[in-house]
Amino acid sequence: MMDFFMKYGNKLITAIITHLVYVLVSVSIGFLIALILGILLSRMPKLSKLILPLISVFQTIPGIVFIGILFLYLGMIPTTVVIALTIYAVFPILKNTYTGLLEVSEEYRDAAKGCGMSPIQILFRVELPLALPTIIGGLRMSTIYIVSWAVLASMIGLGGLGDFIYIGVSTNNNTLIIAGAIPSALIAVSLGLLIDVLRKRVIPKGLRRDML
Amino acid sequence: MNANVVFEHLYIVLISMAATIIIGLPLGILAYTNKRVRKVILWTVDLLQTIPALALLGIIMVLFGAGKLTVIIGLLLYSLLPVVQNTFLGLDNVDPAIKEAARGMGMSKVYRLIHVELPLAFPLIFTGIRIATVTAIGVAVFATFVGGGGLGSVIYRGIHIQNMQLILSGTLSLMGMAVLFDSIMAMIEKKLYCRENSVKITNSKS
Repeated sequence: MMDFFMKYGNKLITAIITHLVYVLVSVSIGFLIALILGILLSRMPKLSKLILPLISVFQTIPGIVFIGILFLYLGMIPTTVVIALTIYAVFPILKNTYTGLLEVSEEYRDAAKGCGMSPIQILFRVELPLALPTIIGGLRMSTIYIVSWAVLASMIGLGGLGDFIYIGVSTNNNTLIIAGAIPSALIAVSLGLLIDVLRKRVIPKGLRRDML
Repeated sequence: MNANVVFEHLYIVLISMAATIIIGLPLGILAYTNKRVRKVILWTVDLLQTIPALALLGIIMVLFGAGKLTVIIGLLLYSLLPVVQNTFLGLDNVDPAIKEAARGMGMSKVYRLIHVELPLAFPLIFTGIRIATVTAIGVAVFATFVGGGGLGSVIYRGIHIQNMQLILSGTLSLMGMAVLFDSIMAMIEKKLYCRENSVKITNSKS
């Protein structure tokens, strides 16, 4: 055990940080894009009936393909990984933003309109807060997927915890596999828990009692 | 790329789905009937799906070696969540009045479960199986990393030798498979829900 940390400790820490950076950067960018697209789509129900099934089909493309194809065009740079992961992160959040906004019941919108709120005010002060738990649910799904797909960065030689798993699998070195697998599992689980806490926090105060 | 790879992929997915149902259904029923283990079961299957697929496969490979068995066990563990969760939710959502009526007719616990609760919960359970299957088709691409073959190996080779055509043919077959399974199962699902609703409507009329 000690031997292992003496030999690989630094590499492991670099790998964990690289992995986290890939995940955080691509999920944050993906979140922003998905939020904006989701809001736009919820304003155009007719168009979204066409676009949403397409998104579901796109979602069946495994992350490895995005990374692979972008790799052929952009080459071996970290941007390749970040763009591929960002595209992948967009889908679940976009879907949940859209459904979350549509599920806001008409009464709330009417009430807000009756209070004299402008459409923008209704969006930011009524619809988005009410849809936020669903949106955060999408964020959780995206984050966990992305931790999983970020392992593939090492497939095109770009580091992260995949390096350990990858080399371990191809050289049959069990210690290396475990050294990569356990931290990546821990990252996924702890980010998941963190987002769960966040989701509870964002439920609007007036609704919290109903939810329990 | 030849058709064998597609069948290999399908084979891995179907075997692991069968295993998922065989193990997931009892687990879901257990979570429903036994309050004490409920939290543990639901939490464990949630945790299993949170673990990155390649990490999970790596850990299983340490125990079982490279090959199809590792992939099938990995997919099985990964797919448990929707099946177990929906079995539990389906059983839990059965109308209490119906459960009460069954008990009032003197049905035993097991009889009630098999003849009343499970049939009523079936549409939701089927939804769980559909979600699990479509996810498994995608996750099975990781099989190539632990020596399990399938469409993942085509895509992976395409990336390695920088052959766009190979990548695309692998991806399109994969997407085709996922969409095909999803739409067929969605159709069955719709029928199941219709049947249940029609039962409800006739019940409320009489």
